[in-house]
Amino acid sequence: MTGFPIEPVGSDLSVIRVEGRLNMVTAPHLRDTVAAAVKAGQSRLVLDLRETSFMDSSGLGALIGSLKATREAGGDLRIAGAGEQVLMVLQLSNMDRILKPYPNPETAFAD
Amino acid sequence: MTTVEQIRQTSATHEARRLIWLRVWIVITLALALNYIGWRWAASINWSAWWIAVPLVLAETYSLIDLTLFSITIWRSRQRSSGPPPVPDATVDVFITTYNEPVELVLNTASAAVRIRYPHQTWILDDGDRPALREGAARLGVGYLTRGEHWHGKPRHAKAGNLNNALLNTSGEYILVLDADMVPEPEILDQTLGYFADDKVALVQTPQHFNNVPASDPLGSQAPLFYGPIQEGKDGWGAAFFCGSNAVLRREALMDLGISGYVESTLRNVRARLKEARSLVLKALRKNKAAAPQSALHATREAIDQALSDLGSGEPVAEVTYRLNNRLRELSAGVVGDDLSQLSADLDALGFDQAAFNLDSAEVIARLSESDVSPLNAIEAVTRTLQAADVGRSEEAQAVLPMATISVTEDMATAMRLHARGWKSVYHNQNLAEGLAPEGLPAALTQRLRWAQGTVQVLLRENPLLQRGLNWPQRLMYFATMWSYLSGFATVVYLAAPVLFLTAHVLPVNSYAGPFFWRFIPFMIANQLLFIFASRRLPTWRGQQYTLALFPVWITACWTAAANVWFGRPLSFAVTPKEKTHTEATPWTLIGWQLFAGAALVVSIIVGAIWLIFGNAEPIGTLINLAWVTFDLISLSVLIGAVKYRGYQAAEEE
Repeated sequence: MTGFPIEPVGSDLSVIRVEGRLNMVTAPHLRDTVAAAVKAGQSRLVLDLRETSFMDSSGLGALIGSLKATREAGGDLRIAGAGEQVLMVLQLSNMDRILKPYPNPETAFAD
Repeated sequence: MTTVEQIRQTSATHEARRLIWLRVWIVITLALALNYIGWRWAASINWSAWWIAVPLVLAETYSLIDLTLFSITIWRSRQRSSGPPPVPDATVDVFITTYNEPVELVLNTASAAVRIRYPHQTWILDDGDRPALREGAARLGVGYLTRGEHWHGKPRHAKAGNLNNALLNTSGEYILVLDADMVPEPEILDQTLGYFADDKVALVQTPQHFNNVPASDPLGSQAPLFYGPIQEGKDGWGAAFFCGSNAVLRREALMDLGISGYVESTLRNVRARLKEARSLVLKALRKNKAAAPQSALHATREAIDQALSDLGSGEPVAEVTYRLNNRLRELSAGVVGDDLSQLSADLDALGFDQAAFNLDSAEVIARLSESDVSPLNAIEAVTRTLQAADVGRSEEAQAVLPMATISVTEDMATAMRLHARGWKSVYHNQNLAEGLAPEGLPAALTQRLRWAQGTVQVLLRENPLLQRGLNWPQRLMYFATMWSYLSGFATVVYLAAPVLFLTAHVLPVNSYAGPFFWRFIPFMIANQLLFIFASRRLPTWRGQQYTLALFPVWITACWTAAANVWFGRPLSFAVTPKEKTHTEATPWTLIGWQLFAGAALVVSIIVGAIWLIFGNAEPIGTLINLAWVTFDLISLSVLIGAVKYRGYQAAEEE
């Protein structure tokens, strides 16, 4: 199986549950999932990171790649529920200044 | 020439002459044996009853190989006269090993050890960690050692572990090892230390004799054949065994074993784990077709291959693993760099200002490449590769394990490794310590089972026939002992064949008449006489009976040891109880198989006799089988006395 589970919440908003490790092996799966969603017209996406146990530089690359894909389609990407290790990698690369880590998926698109 | 020397010389000449005659008899016996077994294979197998005929001829072949190995052993039976004078000014540690023996018994041995004449330091090695024993040791002024904190959660390795722990906490050049019940004579060191004048001697073993055994020896505790001609024969071939107690060892030799063992095990460990990692990387490559990790995986595989080939060409493990770790960190940094430059491109496209994020800073790349967040962690294999760099033997409490821990009979395994490393051993046949044998069949059976299990473990883990460093006679000496523990299977056939013949007329051989008779009988007589000549009138019959009667024990030992070595199942290791256990009930259930076999034998005698008198049974065949069954029954009968035996009472003897 490749790809992460995706669930529509409303007409143009979907939540992708990123379970387990987001690393060199699984990062392409995330890119695939996001690309497929964008193609299907869902360009406002929330990455639910509550069950992401680990992220490395490839995972980080996939986050930004996904952001790029949604923006180009006129949508946006938000991240929510990141754990300690994921936050550490985000802070280390200053990426938390680009992608704001929201506490949970419900609040990610509250604006 | 003094009288003592004259006597010694006469006895030496006498001994030399005896050995010549013994060899002549060995040749005769083996010739007769070959004549018999050759005919058995070539012309006597009754193929119409192949299901018993083939097992029988195999069992007989097994016994013939056993006889040949025994003959080779005693061929060079070497009786050493009293040992050379002890080396002067040696430092000696006396180790008394104990686990659960009564405190009084251990202290009795310890105070005898204190009285050993040659200067030494006595230690009690208490694996039971008992305060009463600690106090007792302090009262006697002897050392007291237990396992330290670092043994917590690590394999304890029973007696071998106890000795290894003590070896690293003491410093004497020589070590006398005594079981808790083995009370030494004051001259034990004076008689044995002299052999160490030869720098290559690592071990001097003396007999194990028990003083709580009546002359009839109902449990077969004394082993006169083993501690006589067999050990002397092994000594003659340069392979006297270490038997766990009543032996003096050279510390340098044990440390040599410990260190070479450490190096070998580390090499083996690192190599095995690198290979494992390599195959996991290959699997990940096959499964994962995504472009990104492929090149990194290929590079990882190449790095592992390089490490393996470096190890193969003899480079130090630490160097190789260090280099591998560096290479993997480089690869990791490469992946991180690629990820980050892709990320920068994406940010560019999104219109963010690069300068704010300093993504190409070496610091960020380095931090993201460290082992805890390295992208290479994505493949479990790579993590393992990093762990393969373990050169500290972290799974063991001690990195250096002088006593072998591959078997519950650590003594045999240790001696074999000593011999393989070129060390020599000596068998000094003089009783210099008296111990206590198990006083009841349950304990005796547990002890025999443990010896057999340990021996089979060594055979399966370190087959002596394949050990480089051992010469061929040494290999055969170890193999002979292991081979003899496989007898249980042959015994089953020896019990079944005559019963089948007498009750159901199943004939495993073409005929029991003339041709059989004239080949078998001379061989059998020569064989029995050989044992009598070899044993120098020592009582060996008890031992022969037990070899047959304990067939279920030997079979159990074989399969439990195999399950342990091949499938990691526990042996249900038991320590032999040295206390008297006065249970009133007779433990018949312990010998259920033998009682069943005995009943079948008795029935077959009755049926066979009836056929002989009233039917038209072949008389010679029937008589041979009746004699055979009677021999089996007499052998098994030893267990009747054993099962009823309630321990030694000295008064009975007088």
